[in-house]
Amino acid sequence: MSRNSNNTKDDTHTIAVLVENKFGVLAKVASLFSARGYNIDSLCVGVTQDPSVSRITLVTRGDAKVLEQIRKHLSKLIDTFKVMDMGETDSVEREMILIKISAPKASRSEIFQIIDVFRGRVVDVSTDTITVEVTGDEGKIHAILNLLQPFGIKEIARTGKVALTRGAKTLKGSKN
Amino acid sequence: MELNGSQIMIEELKAAGIEMAFGIPGGAIMPFYDELLKADFPHILTRHEQGAAHMADGYARVSGKVAIIVTTSGPGATNLITGLANAQMDSVPLIAITGQVATNMIGTDAFQEADVYGCSIPVTKFNWLIKDVNEIQNVTREAIRVATTGRPGPVLLDFPKDIQITRAEYTPRESVESPLPAPRQYPELDMDGIEKLLEAIERAERPVIIGGAGIIKSGASEELAKFAKATGIPVINTLLGLGGFPGTDELFLGMPGMHGTAYANFALCECDLLINLGARFDDRVTGKVSSFCPKATIAHVDIDDAEIDKRVHTHIPILGNVRDVLITLNERLRPGDYDEWRQTWTDWKANYPLQYDWDGSIKPQYVIDQIQEITEGNGIYVTGVGQHQMWAAQFIRFNEPKTWVTSGGLGTMGFGLPAAIGAKFARPEKDVWLIDGDGSFAMTLVELATAATYNVPVKVAILNNAYLGMVRQWQELFFEKRYSHSHYPENPDFGMIAEGYGVKGINVTDVNEVRNSLETAAEHDGPVVLNFLVNKEENVWPMVPAGAGNDEMQLAPPSREARS
Repeated sequence: MSRNSNNTKDDTHTIAVLVENKFGVLAKVASLFSARGYNIDSLCVGVTQDPSVSRITLVTRGDAKVLEQIRKHLSKLIDTFKVMDMGETDSVEREMILIKISAPKASRSEIFQIIDVFRGRVVDVSTDTITVEVTGDEGKIHAILNLLQPFGIKEIARTGKVALTRGAKTLKGSKN
Repeated sequence: MELNGSQIMIEELKAAGIEMAFGIPGGAIMPFYDELLKADFPHILTRHEQGAAHMADGYARVSGKVAIIVTTSGPGATNLITGLANAQMDSVPLIAITGQVATNMIGTDAFQEADVYGCSIPVTKFNWLIKDVNEIQNVTREAIRVATTGRPGPVLLDFPKDIQITRAEYTPRESVESPLPAPRQYPELDMDGIEKLLEAIERAERPVIIGGAGIIKSGASEELAKFAKATGIPVINTLLGLGGFPGTDELFLGMPGMHGTAYANFALCECDLLINLGARFDDRVTGKVSSFCPKATIAHVDIDDAEIDKRVHTHIPILGNVRDVLITLNERLRPGDYDEWRQTWTDWKANYPLQYDWDGSIKPQYVIDQIQEITEGNGIYVTGVGQHQMWAAQFIRFNEPKTWVTSGGLGTMGFGLPAAIGAKFARPEKDVWLIDGDGSFAMTLVELATAATYNVPVKVAILNNAYLGMVRQWQELFFEKRYSHSHYPENPDFGMIAEGYGVKGINVTDVNEVRNSLETAAEHDGPVVLNFLVNKEENVWPMVPAGAGNDEMQLAPPSREARS
């Protein structure tokens, strides 16, 4: 887009946004992405310690230019209090995944071992399947999915990523 | 005191000094209309909701004040979408109040129900669905604040019928609690940026100013004139910036870009410092970005952070109100020495003027030239979208800001007539001229009825070539003259149509009658439609083909250029 743009590599970014907790705000955030043809890889929304404020954590991809536009337009939304690219600060990122694995008797012990190594929790068992809950960063989720793949993954549900800055720093603040 | 929802909203609108409404009633907005009548709130009944939106748009651009648009639910509200999108693109403040079905009916596919909140998200600066009578006071105030502050824009209040009649205790208050996050606080002034710009001005040998709509909206025309005259830096105005600098000033270089003046585009290509004051580097201005101002340091002053670095990389970004920045710049300016540069662009102006041929037919540019002559740049000029719009931008020499009303970003055909009516309501003492095309005019000509009903004396000059002229021009130049569906061979008799609406209509077919007819129109006490049957194949020059750089500008038809 810009003749001086030297960073055209598409990177994944985790962006946290504090918004008004009311109907329609999520539609406005989503509309901002769809209007520009930007994809949202994951999206997680929940109320914060202040019930009038929601925190949206979304993961998106783009080069530096696209990311800057995303950040500016999110900030420009009237409902927005604060926007932060979590990658620009030291942060803790977590995602939870529920995995339903095909688990006949023969392979169960091996599956349990893997779950154990990843500190997952078995949350449901049936005659043919095991459902496991795993929490971790992207690398960990990716790794356990890889390891369980050979057994036959029947279904997964992911929460999408959430993130907090490390240390005392918080995102809370007046509209930037 | 106890008031109903409609009364509370009207009280708040009045308290904010809003004194104009355009709209059409219908089922879901009738209680609100009933209160408008009782409150004696000025209201113009239009013939189509899109017309109401464009009228409020023209009114706002000329007066700087905001008007409300009132429509019913469903189709009444969806008819507004084009008008809202148009205002959003050109940063025009509007407040749309749309009736909605009663709250207990929302989501049931009720009669005349549409998800207007959802529909209007991408075309408004902000919107609300009012679900509680107790929020009306706050929401109405916030709507006005959001529409008119920062980078202005349209807002929409979706107002369910039951809330319109629900009663609640109302106390007029000086300040009400904002339902929204605190407004964005701009830094006092970006003194670092301003200092960098001053240094760049001092270093520059070939500086150019490009003034956009931000000059008009922030009321910075006088500061811009001071700045330009003190430094001797020439000024280009974007389409929406026209009127921000006097069109007759020797420092004025006209409009840049696709149909800009040759000298403006030459200056952009050659400048070593571009000072962008409140323009958003629209693609019609920049052409191919990689060849835009290739030699220049680029400074960009804008109130909207999201515009900085959006399309063109900026070396000196200054976030802030253009007028505030200019005031500070003017306090610290040191006059520059750009004599050699001045000689260069003065020569360009002399050697590459805007021109058109004279062949006995009515040339559209000639009609505009004549309008310019009889009004001397002191009128208000409104356009539709297309060739006529570009010729008007080229040939009218504006004397002051807020006298040029045109649909820039969205390029909304049909904008002209309703916008002209709105402009005349805003400044009745001014002569309002609508320069329109037959294609654009036909899209909203029903508002002639509004002009007639309220006796709004707008002067309409249709440059009728029986084509969608700009489409025809592109087909001629880029589609090997395959004129796919751009011709209206059976155009109606617009003069007779005007008469049918009770508006004076004159068809003009002879070039010798042009001046007379314009004078007749100017003197007529009431609206007039002049239907000029102009040369059908006239094209707009110069032209930078879409996607090309400004350095690839064609000055004239290829054949003529080859000869000269």
